[in-house]
Amino acid sequence: MKVQSILATKGAKVFSITPDRSIREATQLLTEHRVGALVVLNDAGALVGIVSERDIVRAVAQGLDLQQPVSTLMTRNVVVGSLHDDLSSVMQTMTEKRFRHLPVVEQGELVGMISIGDLIKAQLAQYQGEIETLVTQITQGE
Amino acid sequence: MTQPGTASHPLRVAIIGSGPAAFYAAEHLFKQPDLVVEVDMFDRLPTPFGLVRGGVAPDHPKIKTVTKAFDAIAAHPRFRFFGYVEFGRHLTLDDLKARYHQILYATGAQTDRRMGIPGEDLAGSHPATEFVAWYNGHPDYRHHVFDLSQERAAVVGVGNVAIDVARILVRTPEELLATDIAEHALEALRHSRIKEVYLLGRRGPAQAAFTNPEVKEVGEMAGAEVVVRPDEVQLDPLSQAALESSQDRTLHKKVELLQGYALRKPEGKEKKLHIRFLVSPVELIGDDQGRVVKMRLVRNVLVASETGTLNAQATDQFEELEVGLVFRSVGYRGVALPGVPFHDRWGVILNEKGRVLDPDTKQPLAGQYTSGWIKRGPSGVIGTNKPDSVETVTSMLEDLARGAHLQPGDPDPQHLEALVRERQPLYVTYADWKRLDEMEIQRGRAVGRPRLKFTAIDEMLAALGKAVPTP
Repeated sequence: MKVQSILATKGAKVFSITPDRSIREATQLLTEHRVGALVVLNDAGALVGIVSERDIVRAVAQGLDLQQPVSTLMTRNVVVGSLHDDLSSVMQTMTEKRFRHLPVVEQGELVGMISIGDLIKAQLAQYQGEIETLVTQITQGE
Repeated sequence: MTQPGTASHPLRVAIIGSGPAAFYAAEHLFKQPDLVVEVDMFDRLPTPFGLVRGGVAPDHPKIKTVTKAFDAIAAHPRFRFFGYVEFGRHLTLDDLKARYHQILYATGAQTDRRMGIPGEDLAGSHPATEFVAWYNGHPDYRHHVFDLSQERAAVVGVGNVAIDVARILVRTPEELLATDIAEHALEALRHSRIKEVYLLGRRGPAQAAFTNPEVKEVGEMAGAEVVVRPDEVQLDPLSQAALESSQDRTLHKKVELLQGYALRKPEGKEKKLHIRFLVSPVELIGDDQGRVVKMRLVRNVLVASETGTLNAQATDQFEELEVGLVFRSVGYRGVALPGVPFHDRWGVILNEKGRVLDPDTKQPLAGQYTSGWIKRGPSGVIGTNKPDSVETVTSMLEDLARGAHLQPGDPDPQHLEALVRERQPLYVTYADWKRLDEMEIQRGRAVGRPRLKFTAIDEMLAALGKAVPTP
């Protein structure tokens, strides 16, 4: 299964924030959109970082002022995926490199974000589909 | 207004398409306790089942047994099938909005993805999807001509469709006779002069999409043997590492099967099925009559991306393969429906969990849903459409509970039937289809075959005693 078939049912929505906005605003956006991470886009729309709920928890633990800009907290080396990446490679990389959200770029354009939750759901659907197919063949017989 | 879904006010759902996604959606709707729902399913063909009838290979009858499950769903008293009724032609979106609370698009993927290389449109170069439709008796492809007098054919791609095409091309007439392959295809293949078929994979054996049963099956054919190049089935270090850390036993087995072919002694069978890896066509070259005579291939190496995906990267090494028949099999592609927003690059209806989205606002369009390949793209097996359709139906039920559905001015099912009769008097019911089904089996029995398919719509209508209006 490829990233494209997961993104196809997510409406190609990208939730973003600019680097100058506050961490507090980021928490509000995460809550409003019910997601775990936001891509950080500069004024030109270029991807400059990613900020996740884990980053925010770290900030709170360190007693950081949540009015500070997102740029002070975000991860800058963002691993970016493409539509034809396959599910198992992405899951493995997320496990190895310990991140849970993957922005997806197509021809230089940000077209969505895949989360570990999306991958688990997709893998579950894949297994259910295969089991369904096999059960049908075994029980219907000829 | 009361929420639809009761005996006095049933929920009316229109489903466009009648393949697995459509049937699984109907099934999930009917499964809901305390919901009274009426499902009308439309297909532009007189026969239902989409690619289960038109795409699954004729020598894979077990895969088609899923239609028995569909029969059970169709037997529901509040299910109706309207075959030979085309959305956008006989019934418009406005017609449906006036008569149903919810509309579900499950039209699948009818066309092919192109390779995007020069010479792709030379005579002798075809989409695999058309060849498959042709040998499965799809009425739209009945008169297609494929030059089977060539000795060599190439299939670009290493998915299940590609291996199906290759396998059908090298099956003996006796093997094909035992299947439900369309009569015209059986005849054409009987006279085929094809001796060698090449399957061409862009990446390596660990990345090939064809599945283990198909890989095993090609090693057990009466008149053909598999040929692989030892160096091409040997895994590169990256693939080897990925395979080991993935602990995917099915993938291990697939690679083992392919490597096993390199160790087999030649059996001297008449036909050869070559499986090539790490090659991509860059050009199809034709003669002065515009017919393909060879293809130029580039050799690839695998390179890891940031996400761990192993991608093909072209080297500067090329080779030429002389071949007179080429089938591209690099994916199916969805077709836009009139009046329904379509994501052209992805070939799908833009949606979120099956709710069709307005392309500008990205907000759901009331009462419109999608499931199956037109929703997520052409991937997965038949059963994959079940969780997919369940997700869409869940969205439909959530919206129903919130009152977010269409408000049909005339939801009377008798009126809908009268409208269909007016627009398409030759429409085919499920009972009609079951008669066609039985006739195909009887016709087959008479010639010692499991089924003899009708391959022309006129034939089907005549067999049903429906008068075709004279022009």
